[in-house]
Amino acid sequence: MADGSTFVAGSNSFAPLTRTRPGSVQRFLRRRSTTAVLLAMPLMLLIGTLVIYPAIYSLYLAMLNKRMTAFVGLGNFAFLLKRNTFQLVIFQSCLFAVTSVILKALLGFILAHLMHNIPGKSQRIWRGLLLIPWVIPLALSTLSWWWLFDPAYSGFNWLLNKFGFASIPFLGVGWNARIAVITVNVWFGTPFFMIMYLAALKSVPEQLYEAASIDGAGAWQKLFFVTLPMMRNIISITVLFSLIVTFADFDIVRILTAGGPQDMTHLFATYAFAVGIQSGDVPLGAAVSLFMFPILAVAAYFVLRGVTRRNQEMAA
Amino acid sequence: MSGASLAAGGIPRRATASLHRQRVWALWGSYAALAVFVVIFLVPPFYMIVTSLKSSAEISAQQGNPWYPHSPTLENFIYLLTYNNFLRYFWNSVWVTALTVLVSMTISIMAAFSLTRMGFWGSQTIATGVFLSYLIPASLLFIPLFQIVGWLGLINNTWSLVLLFPTLAVPFCTWIMIGYFSSIPKELDEAALIDGASYPQILIRIFIPVALPGIIAATIFAFTISWGAFLYPLAYLYTGDQLTLTVGIISDLIRGDVFLWGKIMAACVLGALPPVIVYAFLMDYYIAGLTSGATKG
Repeated sequence: MADGSTFVAGSNSFAPLTRTRPGSVQRFLRRRSTTAVLLAMPLMLLIGTLVIYPAIYSLYLAMLNKRMTAFVGLGNFAFLLKRNTFQLVIFQSCLFAVTSVILKALLGFILAHLMHNIPGKSQRIWRGLLLIPWVIPLALSTLSWWWLFDPAYSGFNWLLNKFGFASIPFLGVGWNARIAVITVNVWFGTPFFMIMYLAALKSVPEQLYEAASIDGAGAWQKLFFVTLPMMRNIISITVLFSLIVTFADFDIVRILTAGGPQDMTHLFATYAFAVGIQSGDVPLGAAVSLFMFPILAVAAYFVLRGVTRRNQEMAA
Repeated sequence: MSGASLAAGGIPRRATASLHRQRVWALWGSYAALAVFVVIFLVPPFYMIVTSLKSSAEISAQQGNPWYPHSPTLENFIYLLTYNNFLRYFWNSVWVTALTVLVSMTISIMAAFSLTRMGFWGSQTIATGVFLSYLIPASLLFIPLFQIVGWLGLINNTWSLVLLFPTLAVPFCTWIMIGYFSSIPKELDEAALIDGASYPQILIRIFIPVALPGIIAATIFAFTISWGAFLYPLAYLYTGDQLTLTVGIISDLIRGDVFLWGKIMAACVLGALPPVIVYAFLMDYYIAGLTSGATKG
């Protein structure tokens, strides 16, 4: 009875609705989508004018001569590739990014496991302490590293002398400076890996470990057959993301060595700054920056794929 | 028979005892290893604070153990807090950051709401584009932006940062907000729509209060980005009255070959303090926002 009456009422109102629907629905849609576009407009304007436009403009810029009066095509790129300094920059950027990311990922993984072992209450304090390197603005903490690396009288060399070793010119010799720059980056970036991995570790269901124990799996087997497969996606997203950020790093090298000694620590970003802003060759600087683009694009593609896949997994 | 059952009963007990002992060892081992890591990781901030408490005379004497201040003094801090240039840099950082946070959050909350709930032709593409633009680093764009800032007449003007910092903060803030807004059940806004609420009303009355943790996380991100930014201010600003804190410390307190390390480190302590305080209170929100993708699924 009740069902029948609602059904009748529904079918009654259905007929007039179909007739009025086009106009009102269209109007509704129009209003709704107008509001939607208006709300998203500031974002599109900002990204369009200050991210996408400069990116395209830098392509054009990189094809001009130094005075920006003539079009030279790919001349700047060819010029750079032939230059010894720039070949060093490519090598150093890859060395810096790959070594730092591997070390950060390893240390972050170890720290996340250690953190996961201790009870939740004290985790908060330990996590807070370990996050400090990541919280202090990088430019400021790099200054304190610089002071620690000071050749004459400073923390590290004083300790070395105390234990009977000779002072090390940390920033004065090429490979020392490279290692120093990587150290600072690892110090700064490890906490980020730690919190990402810790969150991923917490999301692995405890039953999987119990099931693995019952099947007789040892600690290493649990790590390789339960933990790592469950965290695979987060690990790859974090590593690729960090690869992009590390590759494009500027602050550490700029403050610590400014590219020296003998250009042996320059990265793409710092070299672009030295060429484009300091020496005033804007097109050449733009060309230097653009060399980062292919590597970043590949990494970005895989990050996006990982994130989409993860979202699909989460939705499923 | 009875002996066998006794033995059978004994083995599990010994096994649990050793398991317990193993756990205790793992726990203390973890604490010990973490303590080592904490000590190593806190060396630079510790040295920063130690140096900031030393007098210039003590630093230039270059004698004795540099790892603690022999005669602690606040003279560096007093110097900075009465040094007009430093106060100027600090104030510039404060207002630039405040405006950046305000602008970035307004833009990203509106956009995230539009992209998750209202949807229009191409909104999915825009959401992807926002994420991709987060992956474009500042060091790829600072040279073309140098030209653009020049056209706008904003070279050596702190306002250029208010224009540029949102480009660094907005993509990720929008991404965080999209995540939080998507987790709000659809029934909530449907109910509000039936009650006659308009979309802007839904945003302000329902979404913003419900997604407050996400808003806090995104705000902290925008704050961190803006407070610590180094490349843009270094590239576009050069006179003392326009500089922000990070660049001001380096260009003002390093005078040629003279490094006023005590004052530099004191300035770093003061500059690091706001983010440290923010994180001390709101760290959990930020980590939740950052790792929300990692914890689900």
